[in-house]
Amino acid sequence: MDKFETLTGIAAPMPLVNIDTDMIIPKQFLKTIKRSGLGANLFDEMRFDRSGNEIPDFVLNQDAYRSAEILVAGDNFGCGSSREHAPWAIKDFGIRCVISTSFADIFYNNCFKNGILPIALPADAVEVLMKDAEKGANARMTVDLENQTVTTSDGESFSFEVDAFKKHCLMEGLDDIGLTMEKVSSIDTYEAQAAQARPWV
Amino acid sequence: MSPKTLYDKIWDAHVAHEADDGTCLLYIDRHLVHEVTSPQAFEGLRMANRPVRAPDKTIAVPDHNVPTTLDRANAATMTEDSRVQVEALDKNAKDFGIHYYPVSDVRQGIVHIVGPEQGWTLPGMTVVCGDSHTATHGAFGALAHGIGTSEVEHVLATQTLIQKKSKNMKVEITGKLRPGVTAKDITLSVIGETGTAGGTGYVIEYCGEAIRDLSMEGRMTVCNMAIEGGARAGLIAPDEKTFEYVKGRPHAPKGAQFEAALAWWKTLYSDDDAQWDKVITIKGEDIAPVVTWGTSPEDVLPITATVPSADDFEGGKVGAAQRSLDYMGLTPGTPLSEIEIDTVFIGSCTNGRIEDLRAAAEILKGKKVAVKRAMVVPGSGLVRAQAEEEGLADIFKEAGFEWRLAGCSMCLAMNPDQLSEGERCASTSNRNFEGRQGYKGRTHLVSPGMAAAAAITGKLTDVRDLM
Repeated sequence: MDKFETLTGIAAPMPLVNIDTDMIIPKQFLKTIKRSGLGANLFDEMRFDRSGNEIPDFVLNQDAYRSAEILVAGDNFGCGSSREHAPWAIKDFGIRCVISTSFADIFYNNCFKNGILPIALPADAVEVLMKDAEKGANARMTVDLENQTVTTSDGESFSFEVDAFKKHCLMEGLDDIGLTMEKVSSIDTYEAQAAQARPWV
Repeated sequence: MSPKTLYDKIWDAHVAHEADDGTCLLYIDRHLVHEVTSPQAFEGLRMANRPVRAPDKTIAVPDHNVPTTLDRANAATMTEDSRVQVEALDKNAKDFGIHYYPVSDVRQGIVHIVGPEQGWTLPGMTVVCGDSHTATHGAFGALAHGIGTSEVEHVLATQTLIQKKSKNMKVEITGKLRPGVTAKDITLSVIGETGTAGGTGYVIEYCGEAIRDLSMEGRMTVCNMAIEGGARAGLIAPDEKTFEYVKGRPHAPKGAQFEAALAWWKTLYSDDDAQWDKVITIKGEDIAPVVTWGTSPEDVLPITATVPSADDFEGGKVGAAQRSLDYMGLTPGTPLSEIEIDTVFIGSCTNGRIEDLRAAAEILKGKKVAVKRAMVVPGSGLVRAQAEEEGLADIFKEAGFEWRLAGCSMCLAMNPDQLSEGERCASTSNRNFEGRQGYKGRTHLVSPGMAAAAAITGKLTDVRDLM
């Protein structure tokens, strides 16, 4: 997995609340058996019309935001399905960090498995960051995972919380399965005990 | 011993390893797999040369992509990419030696209907699946939730998940439900109350007289939509109804093992003085038959209400409500019962079980549909067979419904069952998101009885008027 340490880049504003996984990646693109290539269809039905032409109003179709690496979004981002195609599409587009007041649980977890940092901040902080993002391509935000800060183009800084273990894995680009395999003796022991206690399972 | 919630008890029984910071390896008793969220996970195993750790606890069934038309045995009914996914699951199930119900098997169906039906889902278990509606299995007092594909691979490889414990929320529905009010109305009303993020960070336990009174089917409907309220999982403590439902199912324990299991299952309830991080209480008699008007499952109103205006909301919801009204093509102030419907869909892991079909058939008996199209997609081949045996299929067909084969179908429209642009649907499914049932399709979530009522009148209708 790609490491995430610091990121300075363009932030795209998407103030809409409850952006769901069907918006992030509509189901017709879930029929792939690969993880790559979904960026072309990120936010597909908001981004393109039925003939495949760009909808000019959509933020990622505006020249200032075409190479956005950060998304600042409304409340409850990523609600809905468990499809990991959502973070795959976000990552494939080039976005490495999503900032909102809150995230749906499964989406939030899925981000960390894919080198994406989701940052939850209080509403007033998100409002400041949203305004900064609205300034366009010249306003670059900086996300520093080590120090757990987001800094606006004006130098205003906000601290965020992140689980220490998730942070460690993201900063080191660690593979969860490899880490768990190191504890395989605990799993063996548990499995043997559980088979005694609840043999019907 | 300190008092525990049901969630605490199941959690504690499944911790295989706990790190100093509270990060746990939670052992998984049942892993359900379908064709859409698993191919990349199996590919990952192959690349790392890893086996499935517990193939006997892993159950796969294709459901999301499969056509539901009667000619689906003909491969040409599937698009190339859908066929590739289903074939990948066929191959992965065979190569890795996991339990499998192929499309041709009468037991095939929606994974969350097949699991309980076959007795894979039992009280006190941990159950995961690469699908958010895994919450359904919580109806048995199993800790069940959706996971992403990376986690699917993690469970396949290690039979564990890396987890931190969620908080405990109690949702109590007191008293009795009024006639015409169902489990679907309960679960939608709870989301209407809490919002789609109200459950974020929590595991919900549903309790109270109205929940106890529900059948297992109804309880599955309630837990199914816990995820729409943002919760990691929904739970209902097992009781005699649960044990009765489980007993005798193909993969449920038998004989002395059943008795041993039963003794443990009977300890699975929240202690009286357990601590809750959040409590919500709703009076059963205050719940009405409801519909959704917008594009979020929290956009819930009683059928007797009118379409709201964006001004009725606050903050970010003002813009979202306006966007929903535009998308849904609705004018504020219009009575919900005057909204004309093009299509009715009865099915899904929310409402595709036998009791749901009975409830819809009860309303439809001897009537004809007044909508452009109406379809019933039973949740599994066995539900379909039972409905045929009970004569429900004939009622649907005589009313003008299409009687389909099992699958997820128009709930998420990954197969050919889709709404066209602007088509308005009364649907027993779980999500009314933009584009969910088809590009620019418009979804109103309702109970099976309400869906049947809408089919007869051609409008969103108060089912109580037809009872």
